Amino acid sequence: MAGTPLDFEKPLVELENKIMELKNFGKEKGLDLGDEIATLEKKSRELKQSIFGNLTPWQRALIARHSERPTSLDYIGMVFDDFLELHGDRSFGDDAAVVGGLALFHGMPVTVVGHVRGKDTKDNIARNFGMPHPEGLRKAMRLMQQAEKFSRPVISFIDTQGAYCGIGAEERGQGEAIAHCLYVMSGLRVPVVSVVVGEGGSGGALALGVADRLLMLENAIFSVCSPEACASILWKDGTKAAAAAQSLRLTAKDLVGLQVVDELVPEPLGGAHRDPEKMGRDVKKAIMEHLEAIQGFDIETLLENRYQKYRRIGVYLGG
Amino acid sequence: MLKDLFRKPKYVTVRTETSSRDVPDTLWLKCPRCAEIIYTRELERNLKVCRKCSYHFRLTASERIAVTLDDGTFAEYDRDLSPTNPLQFPDYEQKIQAAQKETGLDEAVLVGEGTIAGQPVVIGVLDSRFIMGSMGSVVGEKVSRAFEQARDRNFPVIMFSASGGARMQEGLLSLMQMAKTSAAVNRFSQAGLLFVSVLTDPTTGGVLASYASLGDIIIAEPGALIGFTGPRVIEQTIRQKLPPDFQRAEMHLKHGFVDLVLERSQIKPTLGRILAFHSRGGDR
Repeated sequence: MAGTPLDFEKPLVELENKIMELKNFGKEKGLDLGDEIATLEKKSRELKQSIFGNLTPWQRALIARHSERPTSLDYIGMVFDDFLELHGDRSFGDDAAVVGGLALFHGMPVTVVGHVRGKDTKDNIARNFGMPHPEGLRKAMRLMQQAEKFSRPVISFIDTQGAYCGIGAEERGQGEAIAHCLYVMSGLRVPVVSVVVGEGGSGGALALGVADRLLMLENAIFSVCSPEACASILWKDGTKAAAAAQSLRLTAKDLVGLQVVDELVPEPLGGAHRDPEKMGRDVKKAIMEHLEAIQGFDIETLLENRYQKYRRIGVYLGG
Repeated sequence: MLKDLFRKPKYVTVRTETSSRDVPDTLWLKCPRCAEIIYTRELERNLKVCRKCSYHFRLTASERIAVTLDDGTFAEYDRDLSPTNPLQFPDYEQKIQAAQKETGLDEAVLVGEGTIAGQPVVIGVLDSRFIMGSMGSVVGEKVSRAFEQARDRNFPVIMFSASGGARMQEGLLSLMQMAKTSAAVNRFSQAGLLFVSVLTDPTTGGVLASYASLGDIIIAEPGALIGFTGPRVIEQTIRQKLPPDFQRAEMHLKHGFVDLVLERSQIKPTLGRILAFHSRGGDR
């Protein structure tokens, strides 16, 4: 069991610990407890299935934010053969909450951008918990325009609670930075594949996610606002986040149903952090499939399809 | 009986002339900035700007159209689009109905065409009374169609924003309207056509972070609140009080995010000049 268990995982953790104790006890005393252990292991498998087989949206949100969950940087390491990080927006600064650069994908040069959370407290402070400032989004935008110049596909990883809200961020035009990312991505003359790997929070997430194909990991969430913010707006009570998570339809399954997300990438039982290597391989495979499917289009067809894909989103009555 | 002596006598109440006269509280208004008591008709004559301190009261979408377009030239587009509840979000229908009743509008935006100083434009105006002028599927669709219509007809676009951002009750569908409208601006722009964005109080969240920030020329009304995150949330996050001029139109002018801050009375004439700049062939 990796890291600090989430509340709903605790019965499983207790059982797994008990099995471990029993195994050690048997070894110490030279007793054969094989039958008992087998029974408990069977019970553990069933418990695992019953806990993780039917997660609520809020439980998925907690998994999406799990401190052990692989970050965009982990996926970059697992998906690409080489990665050269590039820095700065050429205007104000470099933002560690957004990482970008050149990479080789199955030998093909691509441009990679993504929000990056920290692994621990120190890392999180350096990366501002993965919440970009305008300069981070402008760096991503610059690298994507560079990709266009050199006809490299763009792969983006989405994992942020949202664009940072602070004085400097507002003064430097957070809204304008997001708007221009959307504008540029919608007309980018190269294939774009985006993967929501953790939390997709509002405009700061979407700023890297206007793509020909939008993929989402099974336990990732993508939402117009955080469940906590939604609960505090609706019920003036931030603790009702679980109910808000339900109402917002923010899971991968919901969003495939709403035809906003193109594919759900299944995770190992219990979440990506329980088997990061497998998750990395599956993400790589999914990106490959979608990139291959869109690379055949000439650029005008690709752009028309991308335009129509977003043009169709929305549900209303009348003409 | 002795008890009758202590009984309170009954008086007949006579309704006086003054107490029966109904004085509507809308006849007089108090300016929220300088506390001046203003006669409503007088305020309307002055485009809803306080004569004493120049405070700009918010305009409804129809009022904005009336003070912006040449009289009687507005023809509305896509009137039949109306919202539904795609996520089955709690209490959303009631919220829509209440807003429709209060505003007489079907949704938070009015789009259509008309003329400014005789020059044809496609115009879109958000109404902040309708669920805070928030952008859900209908607003995103109407705005996108307005840009497409303008592109087909070679018309410039003028968008007036007044919005709290993306509409929460339509979840990610609302967020995606940001991508949709930005894509529509991109296509429109590639045709070499003019888009003027006018930011009015308040323009925040997903509307600021999409088409409203993408104007070739961006104008703001004095004192308008403009920002990605609202001031209350920022104060809670950074745990400090924000200065009063923070996120106001004037701050954005100083930091280079708007071209002009214009008094309301100057907006129409300036739009007329901007349109003329973009339609001239030159004297050669």
